[in-house]
Amino acid sequence: MSTTVYTRYELLRAARNTRFFTFTLAFPVVMFFLIAAPNRDQQLDGIPFALYYMTGMICWGAMAAVIAGGARIAAERSLGWQRQLRVTPLPVRTYFRAKVLTGYLTAALTIALMYLAGTSVGVRMPAGDWVKLTVLVLIGLIPFAVLGILLGHLLTVDSMGPALGGLTALFALVGGAWGPIVSTGFLRRLTEGVPSYWLVQAGKSVTTGDGWPATAWIVLAVWTLVLGVLAVRVYQRDTART
Amino acid sequence: MRTLDQAPPITGIRLVGLTKSYGAVQAVRGVDISVAAGETVALLGPNGAGKSTTIDMLLGLTRPDEGRVELFGMPPSDAIAAGAVGVMLQTGGLIRDLSVRELITMMAALYAEPLGVDEVLDVTGLGDIADRRTQKLSGGEAQRTRFALALVSNPELLVLDEPTVALDVQSRHDFWAAMRGFAARGKTVVFATHYLEEADAYADRVVLMSLGRVVADGPPTEIKARVGRRLIRATLAEADLADLAGLPGVVAVDRHGQTVELRCTDSDAAVRALLAAYPGARNLEIQGAGLEEAFLELTVNGDRSPERGPR
Repeated sequence: MSTTVYTRYELLRAARNTRFFTFTLAFPVVMFFLIAAPNRDQQLDGIPFALYYMTGMICWGAMAAVIAGGARIAAERSLGWQRQLRVTPLPVRTYFRAKVLTGYLTAALTIALMYLAGTSVGVRMPAGDWVKLTVLVLIGLIPFAVLGILLGHLLTVDSMGPALGGLTALFALVGGAWGPIVSTGFLRRLTEGVPSYWLVQAGKSVTTGDGWPATAWIVLAVWTLVLGVLAVRVYQRDTART
Repeated sequence: MRTLDQAPPITGIRLVGLTKSYGAVQAVRGVDISVAAGETVALLGPNGAGKSTTIDMLLGLTRPDEGRVELFGMPPSDAIAAGAVGVMLQTGGLIRDLSVRELITMMAALYAEPLGVDEVLDVTGLGDIADRRTQKLSGGEAQRTRFALALVSNPELLVLDEPTVALDVQSRHDFWAAMRGFAARGKTVVFATHYLEEADAYADRVVLMSLGRVVADGPPTEIKARVGRRLIRATLAEADLADLAGLPGVVAVDRHGQTVELRCTDSDAAVRALLAAYPGARNLEIQGAGLEEAFLELTVNGDRSPERGPR
Protein backbone atom coordinates (compact mmCIF):
# COMPACT_ATOMS: atom_id res chain seq x y z
CA MET A 1 0.00 0.00 0.00
CA SER A 2 1.34 3.38 -0.89
CA THR A 3 -0.01 6.40 0.92
CA THR A 4 2.54 8.50 -1.01
CA VAL A 5 0.64 8.01 -4.24
CA TYR A 6 -2.60 8.92 -2.48
CA THR A 7 -1.06 12.08 -1.03
CA ARG A 8 0.47 13.03 -4.37
CA TYR A 9 -2.92 12.96 -6.07
CA GLU A 10 -4.39 14.99 -3.22
CA LEU A 11 -1.79 17.66 -3.89
CA LEU A 12 -2.47 17.49 -7.61
CA ARG A 13 -6.15 18.09 -6.93
CA ALA A 14 -5.37 21.15 -4.85
CA ALA A 15 -3.03 22.52 -7.49
CA ARG A 16 -5.76 22.16 -10.12
CA ASN A 17 -8.14 24.24 -8.07
CA THR A 18 -6.70 27.32 -9.73
CA ARG A 19 -9.29 29.80 -8.57
CA PHE A 20 -8.57 29.08 -4.95
CA PHE A 21 -4.86 29.08 -5.62
CA THR A 22 -4.85 32.42 -7.40
CA PHE A 23 -6.85 34.18 -4.73
CA THR A 24 -4.85 32.78 -1.83
CA LEU A 25 -1.57 33.68 -3.46
CA ALA A 26 -2.46 36.96 -5.11
CA PHE A 27 -4.39 38.84 -2.42
CA PRO A 28 -1.60 39.20 0.14
CA VAL A 29 0.96 40.17 -2.52
CA VAL A 30 -1.29 42.84 -4.03
CA MET A 31 -2.16 44.17 -0.58
CA PHE A 32 1.52 44.26 0.31
CA PHE A 33 2.49 46.34 -2.71
CA LEU A 34 -0.47 48.68 -2.23
CA ILE A 35 0.32 49.45 1.40
CA ALA A 36 3.93 48.60 2.16
CA ALA A 37 5.64 49.88 -0.97
CA PRO A 38 4.62 53.56 -0.51
CA ASN A 39 5.64 53.37 3.17
CA ARG A 40 8.87 51.46 2.71
CA ASP A 41 10.94 54.10 4.54
CA GLN A 42 8.66 54.17 7.57
CA GLN A 43 8.80 52.22 10.80
CA LEU A 44 5.87 50.24 12.19
CA ASP A 45 5.66 48.73 15.67
CA GLY A 46 9.35 49.45 16.08
CA ILE A 47 10.58 47.62 12.96
CA PRO A 48 10.84 48.56 9.25
CA PHE A 49 7.38 49.00 7.74
CA ALA A 50 8.04 46.56 4.88
CA LEU A 51 9.23 43.81 7.24
CA TYR A 52 6.17 44.25 9.42
CA TYR A 53 3.84 44.11 6.44
CA MET A 54 5.62 41.21 4.87
CA THR A 55 5.04 39.04 7.95
CA GLY A 56 1.54 40.50 8.30
CA MET A 57 0.57 39.43 4.80
CA ILE A 58 2.29 36.06 5.26
CA CYS A 59 0.14 35.60 8.34
CA TRP A 60 -3.01 36.41 6.40
CA GLY A 61 -2.23 34.38 3.28
CA ALA A 62 -0.60 31.37 4.90
CA MET A 63 -3.28 31.20 7.55
CA ALA A 64 -5.98 31.15 4.88
CA ALA A 65 -4.04 28.44 3.04
CA VAL A 66 -3.70 26.02 5.96
CA ILE A 67 -7.28 26.55 7.15
CA ALA A 68 -8.50 25.90 3.62
CA GLY A 69 -6.49 22.67 3.53
CA GLY A 70 -8.63 21.15 6.26
CA ALA A 71 -11.77 22.93 5.11
CA ARG A 72 -11.66 20.81 1.95
CA ILE A 73 -12.96 18.02 4.17
CA ALA A 74 -16.39 19.69 4.23
CA ALA A 75 -16.82 19.12 0.51
CA GLU A 76 -15.77 15.48 0.82
CA ARG A 77 -18.17 14.94 3.69
CA SER A 78 -21.10 16.32 1.73
CA LEU A 79 -20.17 14.12 -1.24
CA GLY A 80 -20.14 11.02 0.94
CA TRP A 81 -16.51 10.57 -0.07
CA GLN A 82 -15.33 10.34 3.52
CA ARG A 83 -17.74 7.44 4.02
CA GLN A 84 -16.33 5.79 0.94
CA LEU A 85 -12.81 6.22 2.33
CA ARG A 86 -13.86 4.54 5.57
CA VAL A 87 -14.42 1.32 3.65
CA THR A 88 -10.87 1.43 2.25
CA PRO A 89 -7.64 0.64 4.11
CA LEU A 90 -6.66 4.34 4.07
CA PRO A 91 -5.54 5.19 7.61
CA VAL A 92 -7.34 8.22 9.07
CA ARG A 93 -4.02 9.86 9.88
CA THR A 94 -2.94 9.68 6.25
CA TYR A 95 -6.17 11.34 5.23
CA PHE A 96 -5.59 14.23 7.63
CA ARG A 97 -1.89 14.40 6.85
CA ALA A 98 -2.67 14.89 3.17
CA LYS A 99 -5.04 17.75 4.02
CA VAL A 100 -2.51 19.45 6.31
CA LEU A 101 0.27 18.94 3.79
CA THR A 102 -1.86 20.48 1.04
CA GLY A 103 -2.45 23.52 3.25
CA TYR A 104 1.21 23.81 4.17
CA LEU A 105 2.46 23.57 0.59
CA THR A 106 0.06 26.33 -0.45
CA ALA A 107 1.26 28.31 2.56
CA ALA A 108 4.87 27.71 1.53
CA LEU A 109 4.12 29.24 -1.88
CA THR A 110 2.58 32.28 -0.20
CA ILE A 111 5.60 32.59 2.07
CA ALA A 112 8.02 32.35 -0.86
CA LEU A 113 6.08 34.92 -2.88
CA MET A 114 5.92 37.29 0.05
CA TYR A 115 9.67 36.94 0.68
CA LEU A 116 10.26 37.94 -2.94
CA ALA A 117 7.84 40.82 -2.61
CA GLY A 118 9.50 41.87 0.66
CA THR A 119 13.04 41.85 -0.65
CA SER A 120 11.91 43.74 -3.76
CA VAL A 121 10.94 46.69 -1.58
CA GLY A 122 14.01 46.50 0.58
CA VAL A 123 13.49 43.98 3.35
CA ARG A 124 16.97 42.86 4.38
CA MET A 125 17.89 40.33 7.05
CA PRO A 126 20.82 37.99 7.73
CA ALA A 127 20.29 34.54 6.22
CA GLY A 128 19.89 33.04 9.69
CA ASP A 129 16.99 35.36 10.42
CA TRP A 130 15.18 34.34 7.22
CA VAL A 131 15.49 30.73 8.29
CA LYS A 132 14.30 31.50 11.81
CA LEU A 133 11.38 33.53 10.49
CA THR A 134 10.36 30.65 8.24
CA VAL A 135 10.51 28.16 11.10
CA LEU A 136 8.44 30.39 13.38
CA VAL A 137 5.81 30.98 10.71
CA LEU A 138 5.51 27.25 9.97
CA ILE A 139 5.09 26.53 13.68
CA GLY A 140 2.67 29.43 14.15
CA LEU A 141 0.43 27.94 11.46
CA ILE A 142 -0.16 24.71 13.39
CA PRO A 143 -3.26 25.87 15.34
CA PHE A 144 -4.77 27.12 12.08
CA ALA A 145 -4.18 23.80 10.32
CA VAL A 146 -6.07 22.17 13.19
CA LEU A 147 -8.78 24.84 12.95
CA GLY A 148 -9.19 23.93 9.27
CA ILE A 149 -9.84 20.29 10.11
CA LEU A 150 -12.30 21.36 12.81
CA LEU A 151 -14.18 23.61 10.39
CA GLY A 152 -14.13 20.90 7.76
CA HIS A 153 -16.17 18.69 10.06
CA LEU A 154 -18.30 21.45 11.53
CA LEU A 155 -19.46 23.44 8.53
CA THR A 156 -21.20 22.73 5.26
CA VAL A 157 -19.82 23.54 1.85
CA ASP A 158 -22.22 26.47 1.52
CA SER A 159 -21.20 28.13 4.75
CA MET A 160 -17.50 27.44 4.26
CA GLY A 161 -16.71 30.34 1.91
CA PRO A 162 -18.01 33.14 4.15
CA ALA A 163 -16.70 31.39 7.28
CA LEU A 164 -13.20 31.09 5.83
CA GLY A 165 -13.09 34.65 4.57
CA GLY A 166 -14.53 36.07 7.78
CA LEU A 167 -12.42 34.03 10.18
CA THR A 168 -9.09 34.60 8.46
CA ALA A 169 -9.82 38.33 8.10
CA LEU A 170 -10.77 38.50 11.77
CA PHE A 171 -7.69 36.59 12.94
CA ALA A 172 -5.47 38.67 10.66
CA LEU A 173 -7.02 41.94 11.83
CA VAL A 174 -6.86 41.13 15.55
CA GLY A 175 -3.37 39.72 15.09
CA GLY A 176 -2.32 43.03 13.56
CA ALA A 177 -1.60 41.86 10.02
CA TRP A 178 -2.51 45.30 8.66
CA GLY A 179 -0.81 47.08 11.56
CA PRO A 180 -1.25 46.76 15.31
CA ILE A 181 -4.88 47.57 16.17
CA VAL A 182 -3.84 48.76 19.64
CA SER A 183 -0.32 49.56 20.69
CA THR A 184 -0.43 49.44 24.48
CA GLY A 185 -2.40 48.45 27.51
CA PHE A 186 -4.91 45.78 28.33
CA LEU A 187 -6.28 45.37 24.81
CA ARG A 188 -2.80 44.78 23.41
CA ARG A 189 -2.29 42.11 26.05
CA LEU A 190 -5.58 40.61 24.98
CA THR A 191 -4.49 40.40 21.34
CA GLU A 192 -1.37 38.63 22.57
CA GLY A 193 -3.62 35.73 23.45
CA VAL A 194 -4.51 35.23 19.78
CA PRO A 195 -2.22 32.91 17.78
CA SER A 196 -2.26 35.11 14.66
CA TYR A 197 -0.70 37.90 16.73
CA TRP A 198 2.43 35.82 17.11
CA LEU A 199 2.50 34.95 13.44
CA VAL A 200 2.58 38.67 12.67
CA GLN A 201 5.13 39.24 15.42
CA ALA A 202 7.46 36.57 14.03
CA GLY A 203 9.26 39.21 11.93
CA LYS A 204 9.84 41.48 14.89
CA SER A 205 10.78 38.58 17.14
CA VAL A 206 13.62 37.37 14.93
CA THR A 207 15.04 40.83 14.12
CA THR A 208 14.91 42.26 17.63
CA GLY A 209 15.57 39.07 19.57
CA ASP A 210 16.12 35.35 19.28
CA GLY A 211 12.50 34.48 18.59
CA TRP A 212 9.20 34.39 20.37
CA PRO A 213 8.92 34.95 24.11
CA ALA A 214 7.53 32.12 26.25
CA THR A 215 4.04 33.66 26.06
CA ALA A 216 3.93 32.98 22.33
CA TRP A 217 4.73 29.30 22.74
CA ILE A 218 2.14 28.91 25.48
CA VAL A 219 -0.55 30.70 23.44
CA LEU A 220 0.15 28.55 20.38
CA ALA A 221 0.25 25.35 22.41
CA VAL A 222 -3.02 26.09 24.19
CA TRP A 223 -4.86 27.00 20.99
CA THR A 224 -3.51 23.91 19.24
CA LEU A 225 -4.54 21.71 22.14
CA VAL A 226 -8.04 23.16 22.52
CA LEU A 227 -8.74 23.18 18.78
CA GLY A 228 -7.28 19.69 18.55
CA VAL A 229 -9.59 18.32 21.24
CA LEU A 230 -12.57 19.99 19.57
CA ALA A 231 -11.54 18.63 16.17
CA VAL A 232 -11.27 15.08 17.52
CA ARG A 233 -14.69 15.44 19.19
CA VAL A 234 -16.34 16.72 16.04
CA TYR A 235 -14.64 14.05 13.94
CA GLN A 236 -15.87 11.33 16.28
CA ARG A 237 -19.38 12.72 16.29
CA ASP A 238 -19.30 12.93 12.53
CA THR A 239 -18.11 9.39 11.96
CA ALA A 240 -19.99 7.82 14.89
CA ARG A 241 -21.17 4.34 13.89
CA THR A 242 -24.71 5.07 14.93
CA MET B 1 -31.99 -23.87 3.61
CA ARG B 2 -28.59 -23.02 4.97
CA THR B 3 -28.35 -22.72 8.70
CA LEU B 4 -25.52 -21.62 10.91
CA ASP B 5 -24.99 -25.19 12.10
CA GLN B 6 -24.34 -26.30 8.55
CA ALA B 7 -22.18 -23.35 7.62
CA PRO B 8 -20.05 -23.91 4.54
CA PRO B 9 -16.38 -24.72 5.12
CA ILE B 10 -15.07 -21.27 4.16
CA THR B 11 -17.37 -18.57 5.40
CA GLY B 12 -17.09 -15.26 3.63
CA ILE B 13 -19.67 -13.42 5.64
CA ARG B 14 -21.39 -14.31 8.85
CA LEU B 15 -24.09 -12.07 10.24
CA VAL B 16 -25.48 -13.32 13.51
CA GLY B 17 -28.57 -11.96 15.24
CA LEU B 18 -28.20 -8.42 13.95
CA THR B 19 -30.65 -5.83 15.20
CA LYS B 20 -30.64 -2.09 14.74
CA SER B 21 -33.10 0.57 15.75
CA TYR B 22 -33.15 4.26 14.99
CA GLY B 23 -35.25 5.72 17.75
CA ALA B 24 -38.60 4.00 17.58
CA VAL B 25 -37.92 2.59 14.13
CA GLN B 26 -36.63 -0.97 14.11
CA ALA B 27 -34.68 -0.99 10.87
CA VAL B 28 -33.26 -4.50 11.33
CA ARG B 29 -34.99 -7.00 13.61
CA GLY B 30 -32.77 -10.03 13.89
CA VAL B 31 -30.91 -10.92 10.72
CA ASP B 32 -28.81 -14.06 10.33
CA ILE B 33 -27.07 -14.57 7.04
CA SER B 34 -24.08 -16.75 6.18
CA VAL B 35 -22.43 -16.38 2.83
CA ALA B 36 -19.87 -18.88 1.61
CA ALA B 37 -16.72 -17.62 -0.05
CA GLY B 38 -17.34 -17.47 -3.79
CA GLU B 39 -21.10 -17.08 -3.55
CA THR B 40 -23.01 -14.29 -5.27
CA VAL B 41 -25.88 -13.29 -3.04
CA ALA B 42 -28.62 -10.77 -3.72
CA LEU B 43 -30.16 -8.93 -0.82
CA LEU B 44 -33.60 -8.29 -2.19
CA GLY B 45 -36.36 -6.23 -0.72
CA PRO B 46 -38.42 -3.11 -1.09
CA ASN B 47 -37.23 0.25 0.22
CA GLY B 48 -37.21 0.24 4.00
CA ALA B 49 -36.64 -3.52 4.22
CA GLY B 50 -33.38 -2.96 6.08
CA LYS B 51 -31.00 -3.84 3.24
CA SER B 52 -28.81 -0.75 3.49
CA THR B 53 -28.71 -0.85 7.27
CA THR B 54 -27.67 -4.50 7.06
CA ILE B 55 -24.95 -3.62 4.56
CA ASP B 56 -23.75 -0.73 6.73
CA MET B 57 -23.46 -3.12 9.67
CA LEU B 58 -21.73 -5.68 7.47
CA LEU B 59 -19.13 -3.04 6.61
CA GLY B 60 -18.76 -1.71 10.13
CA LEU B 61 -20.10 1.70 9.13
CA THR B 62 -22.95 1.20 11.57
CA ARG B 63 -22.72 -0.54 14.92
CA PRO B 64 -25.43 -3.16 15.46
CA ASP B 65 -27.51 -2.90 18.64
CA GLU B 66 -27.15 -6.66 19.00
CA GLY B 67 -25.43 -9.42 17.11
CA ARG B 68 -22.08 -9.69 15.41
CA VAL B 69 -20.46 -9.52 12.01
CA GLU B 70 -17.55 -11.54 10.69
CA LEU B 71 -15.93 -11.13 7.31
CA PHE B 72 -13.59 -14.03 6.57
CA GLY B 73 -13.49 -14.73 10.29
CA MET B 74 -12.47 -11.15 11.13
CA PRO B 75 -14.29 -8.07 12.38
CA PRO B 76 -15.25 -5.86 9.40
CA SER B 77 -12.67 -3.19 10.22
CA ASP B 78 -9.85 -5.75 10.06
CA ALA B 79 -11.07 -7.18 6.78
CA ILE B 80 -11.30 -3.68 5.35
CA ALA B 81 -7.85 -2.72 6.64
CA ALA B 82 -6.52 -5.90 5.03
CA GLY B 83 -7.91 -4.72 1.71
CA ALA B 84 -10.23 -7.72 1.41
CA VAL B 85 -13.39 -5.71 0.75
CA GLY B 86 -14.39 -3.61 -2.23
CA VAL B 87 -17.44 -1.45 -1.71
CA MET B 88 -19.84 0.52 -3.82
CA LEU B 89 -22.13 2.40 -1.46
CA GLN B 90 -25.62 3.43 -2.45
CA THR B 91 -24.89 7.14 -2.34
CA GLY B 92 -21.76 9.13 -2.82
CA GLY B 93 -20.12 11.42 -5.30
CA LEU B 94 -16.59 11.50 -6.61
CA ILE B 95 -13.94 13.99 -5.56
CA ARG B 96 -13.24 16.53 -8.30
CA ASP B 97 -10.15 17.79 -10.11
CA LEU B 98 -8.87 14.34 -11.08
CA SER B 99 -9.36 12.34 -14.23
CA VAL B 100 -11.13 8.99 -14.04
CA ARG B 101 -7.79 7.23 -14.54
CA GLU B 102 -6.07 9.33 -11.87
CA LEU B 103 -8.81 8.71 -9.33
CA ILE B 104 -8.69 4.96 -9.92
CA THR B 105 -4.88 5.01 -9.69
CA MET B 106 -5.09 6.99 -6.46
CA MET B 107 -7.45 4.49 -4.84
CA ALA B 108 -5.61 1.46 -6.23
CA ALA B 109 -2.51 2.67 -4.40
CA LEU B 110 -4.24 1.99 -1.08
CA TYR B 111 -4.26 -1.76 -1.71
CA ALA B 112 -1.54 -4.36 -1.61
CA GLU B 113 -2.62 -6.30 -4.71
CA PRO B 114 -4.82 -4.07 -6.82
CA LEU B 115 -5.97 -4.93 -10.31
CA GLY B 116 -4.29 -3.08 -13.15
CA VAL B 117 -5.85 0.32 -13.77
CA ASP B 118 -6.11 -0.33 -17.51
CA GLU B 119 -7.77 -3.67 -16.89
CA VAL B 120 -10.38 -2.05 -14.66
CA LEU B 121 -10.98 0.77 -17.13
CA ASP B 122 -11.52 -1.86 -19.77
CA VAL B 123 -13.84 -4.07 -17.72
CA THR B 124 -16.01 -1.14 -16.64
CA GLY B 125 -16.09 0.37 -20.12
CA LEU B 126 -14.44 3.59 -18.96
CA GLY B 127 -11.55 3.44 -21.41
CA ASP B 128 -12.93 6.16 -23.66
CA ILE B 129 -13.43 8.63 -20.86
CA ALA B 130 -10.37 7.72 -18.78
CA ASP B 131 -8.92 11.20 -19.15
CA ARG B 132 -12.13 13.05 -18.39
CA ARG B 133 -12.28 14.99 -15.13
CA THR B 134 -14.62 13.43 -12.58
CA GLN B 135 -16.75 16.58 -12.26
CA LYS B 136 -17.66 16.27 -15.96
CA LEU B 137 -19.06 12.75 -15.85
CA SER B 138 -22.70 11.90 -16.46
CA GLY B 139 -24.63 10.07 -13.75
CA GLY B 140 -24.08 6.71 -15.39
CA GLU B 141 -20.37 7.35 -16.00
CA ALA B 142 -19.91 8.39 -12.38
CA GLN B 143 -21.71 5.24 -11.29
CA ARG B 144 -19.41 3.10 -13.44
CA THR B 145 -16.40 4.93 -12.01
CA ARG B 146 -17.61 4.10 -8.52
CA PHE B 147 -17.85 0.49 -9.59
CA ALA B 148 -14.30 0.71 -10.93
CA LEU B 149 -13.12 2.03 -7.55
CA ALA B 150 -14.69 -0.99 -5.85
CA LEU B 151 -13.17 -3.40 -8.38
CA VAL B 152 -9.65 -2.00 -8.52
CA SER B 153 -8.99 -3.08 -4.94
CA ASN B 154 -9.21 -6.67 -6.23
CA PRO B 155 -11.18 -7.63 -3.13
CA GLU B 156 -12.18 -11.07 -1.93
CA LEU B 157 -15.58 -9.64 -1.13
CA LEU B 158 -17.41 -7.15 -3.31
CA VAL B 159 -20.31 -5.33 -1.69
CA LEU B 160 -22.67 -3.35 -3.91
CA ASP B 161 -25.58 -1.38 -2.50
CA GLU B 162 -28.21 -0.74 -5.18
CA PRO B 163 -25.47 -0.56 -7.82
CA THR B 164 -27.55 0.00 -10.94
CA VAL B 165 -29.94 2.70 -9.79
CA ALA B 166 -28.57 5.46 -12.02
CA LEU B 167 -27.85 3.26 -15.03
CA ASP B 168 -29.70 2.94 -18.30
CA VAL B 169 -30.56 -0.48 -19.71
CA GLN B 170 -27.35 -0.92 -21.72
CA SER B 171 -25.09 0.23 -18.88
CA ARG B 172 -26.99 -2.02 -16.52
CA HIS B 173 -26.34 -4.97 -18.79
CA ASP B 174 -22.65 -4.08 -19.08
CA PHE B 175 -22.45 -3.62 -15.35
CA TRP B 176 -23.75 -7.08 -14.60
CA ALA B 177 -21.50 -8.60 -17.23
CA ALA B 178 -18.52 -7.03 -15.45
CA MET B 179 -19.80 -8.16 -12.07
CA ARG B 180 -20.26 -11.69 -13.36
CA GLY B 181 -16.73 -11.71 -14.74
CA PHE B 182 -15.44 -10.69 -11.36
CA ALA B 183 -17.53 -13.24 -9.48
CA ALA B 184 -16.21 -15.92 -11.84
CA ARG B 185 -12.75 -15.42 -10.32
CA GLY B 186 -14.07 -17.09 -7.20
CA LYS B 187 -14.86 -13.86 -5.42
CA THR B 188 -17.72 -13.35 -3.01
CA VAL B 189 -20.30 -10.81 -4.10
CA VAL B 190 -23.17 -9.37 -2.10
CA PHE B 191 -25.46 -6.89 -3.74
CA ALA B 192 -28.59 -5.17 -2.54
CA THR B 193 -31.30 -4.51 -5.04
CA HIS B 194 -34.98 -3.94 -5.36
CA TYR B 195 -34.92 -5.01 -8.99
CA LEU B 196 -36.34 -8.50 -8.85
CA GLU B 197 -35.08 -9.48 -12.26
CA GLU B 198 -31.52 -8.58 -11.24
CA ALA B 199 -31.61 -10.82 -8.21
CA ASP B 200 -33.15 -13.58 -10.31
CA ALA B 201 -30.66 -13.26 -13.16
CA TYR B 202 -27.37 -12.56 -11.42
CA ALA B 203 -27.42 -14.13 -7.98
CA ASP B 204 -26.70 -17.72 -6.95
CA ARG B 205 -28.84 -17.09 -3.96
CA VAL B 206 -31.48 -14.60 -2.95
CA VAL B 207 -31.98 -13.34 0.55
CA LEU B 208 -35.35 -11.70 0.66
CA MET B 209 -35.80 -9.04 3.31
CA SER B 210 -38.94 -7.36 4.51
CA LEU B 211 -39.48 -5.07 7.47
CA GLY B 212 -36.04 -5.73 8.88
CA ARG B 213 -36.18 -9.51 8.67
CA VAL B 214 -35.06 -12.24 6.33
CA VAL B 215 -38.28 -13.74 5.00
CA ALA B 216 -36.76 -16.15 2.52
CA ASP B 217 -33.28 -17.36 1.70
CA GLY B 218 -32.35 -19.69 -1.13
CA PRO B 219 -31.67 -20.02 -4.85
CA PRO B 220 -34.03 -17.90 -6.99
CA THR B 221 -35.77 -21.10 -8.11
CA GLU B 222 -36.28 -22.13 -4.51
CA ILE B 223 -37.79 -18.77 -3.67
CA LYS B 224 -40.31 -19.38 -6.42
CA ALA B 225 -40.89 -22.95 -5.31
CA ARG B 226 -41.37 -21.77 -1.76
CA VAL B 227 -44.37 -19.83 -2.85
CA GLY B 228 -45.15 -22.76 -5.12
CA ARG B 229 -47.91 -21.04 -6.97
CA ARG B 230 -48.37 -21.80 -10.61
CA LEU B 231 -51.07 -20.59 -12.84
CA ILE B 232 -52.95 -22.90 -15.20
CA ARG B 233 -54.98 -21.29 -17.94
CA ALA B 234 -57.40 -23.25 -20.06
CA THR B 235 -60.24 -22.59 -22.42
CA LEU B 236 -63.16 -24.34 -20.81
CA ALA B 237 -66.65 -23.09 -21.54
CA GLU B 238 -68.91 -25.15 -19.33
CA ALA B 239 -67.43 -25.86 -15.94
CA ASP B 240 -68.53 -24.96 -12.48
CA LEU B 241 -65.99 -22.80 -10.69
CA ALA B 242 -66.69 -24.49 -7.38
CA ASP B 243 -65.94 -27.91 -8.96
CA LEU B 244 -62.71 -26.57 -10.41
CA ALA B 245 -61.70 -25.20 -7.03
CA GLY B 246 -62.20 -28.67 -5.59
CA LEU B 247 -59.57 -30.23 -7.88
CA PRO B 248 -56.42 -31.46 -6.14
CA GLY B 249 -53.63 -28.89 -5.93
CA VAL B 250 -55.88 -25.96 -6.77
CA VAL B 251 -56.23 -23.10 -4.30
CA ALA B 252 -58.09 -20.46 -6.28
CA VAL B 253 -60.03 -20.19 -9.49
CA ASP B 254 -61.14 -17.41 -11.69
CA ARG B 255 -62.92 -17.03 -15.03
CA HIS B 256 -62.38 -14.57 -17.85
CA GLY B 257 -64.94 -15.27 -20.53
CA GLN B 258 -64.18 -18.75 -21.83
CA THR B 259 -60.86 -18.91 -20.03
CA VAL B 260 -60.47 -20.27 -16.55
CA GLU B 261 -57.45 -19.59 -14.36
CA LEU B 262 -56.43 -22.02 -11.65
CA ARG B 263 -53.89 -21.00 -9.04
CA CYS B 264 -52.16 -24.12 -7.85
CA THR B 265 -49.82 -25.30 -5.18
CA ASP B 266 -49.34 -28.52 -7.15
CA SER B 267 -49.81 -27.81 -10.83
CA ASP B 268 -48.90 -31.36 -11.89
CA ALA B 269 -51.71 -32.91 -9.88
CA ALA B 270 -54.09 -30.15 -10.91
CA VAL B 271 -53.40 -30.60 -14.62
CA ARG B 272 -53.96 -34.36 -14.46
CA ALA B 273 -57.19 -33.94 -12.54
CA LEU B 274 -58.37 -31.14 -14.80
CA LEU B 275 -57.90 -33.18 -17.99
CA ALA B 276 -59.47 -36.25 -16.43
CA ALA B 277 -62.55 -34.33 -15.34
CA TYR B 278 -62.79 -32.02 -18.37
CA PRO B 279 -61.36 -33.74 -21.48
CA GLY B 280 -62.65 -30.76 -23.46
CA ALA B 281 -60.25 -28.31 -21.87
CA ARG B 282 -58.17 -26.67 -24.57
CA ASN B 283 -55.26 -24.21 -24.95
CA LEU B 284 -53.63 -25.29 -21.75
CA GLU B 285 -50.98 -22.95 -20.37
CA ILE B 286 -48.94 -23.41 -17.22
CA GLN B 287 -47.06 -20.43 -15.90
CA GLY B 288 -44.49 -20.37 -13.12
CA ALA B 289 -44.76 -17.50 -10.73
CA GLY B 290 -42.14 -14.87 -11.44
CA LEU B 291 -39.90 -13.67 -8.70
CA GLU B 292 -42.08 -10.60 -8.63
CA GLU B 293 -44.99 -12.70 -7.52
CA ALA B 294 -42.91 -14.65 -5.04
CA PHE B 295 -41.64 -11.39 -3.69
CA LEU B 296 -45.09 -9.96 -3.12
CA GLU B 297 -46.31 -13.16 -1.57
CA LEU B 298 -43.42 -13.45 0.84
CA THR B 299 -43.11 -9.82 1.82
CA VAL B 300 -46.80 -9.37 2.40
CA ASN B 301 -46.83 -12.39 4.68
CA GLY B 302 -43.39 -11.57 6.03
CA ASP B 303 -44.42 -10.49 9.45
CA ARG B 304 -46.71 -13.43 10.10
CA SER B 305 -44.92 -16.10 8.15
CA PRO B 306 -43.29 -18.85 10.22
CA GLU B 307 -40.50 -18.89 7.66
CA ARG B 308 -38.27 -16.14 8.90
CA GLY B 309 -35.10 -17.22 7.24
CA PRO B 310 -32.30 -19.27 8.78
CA ARG B 311 -32.34 -19.61 12.53
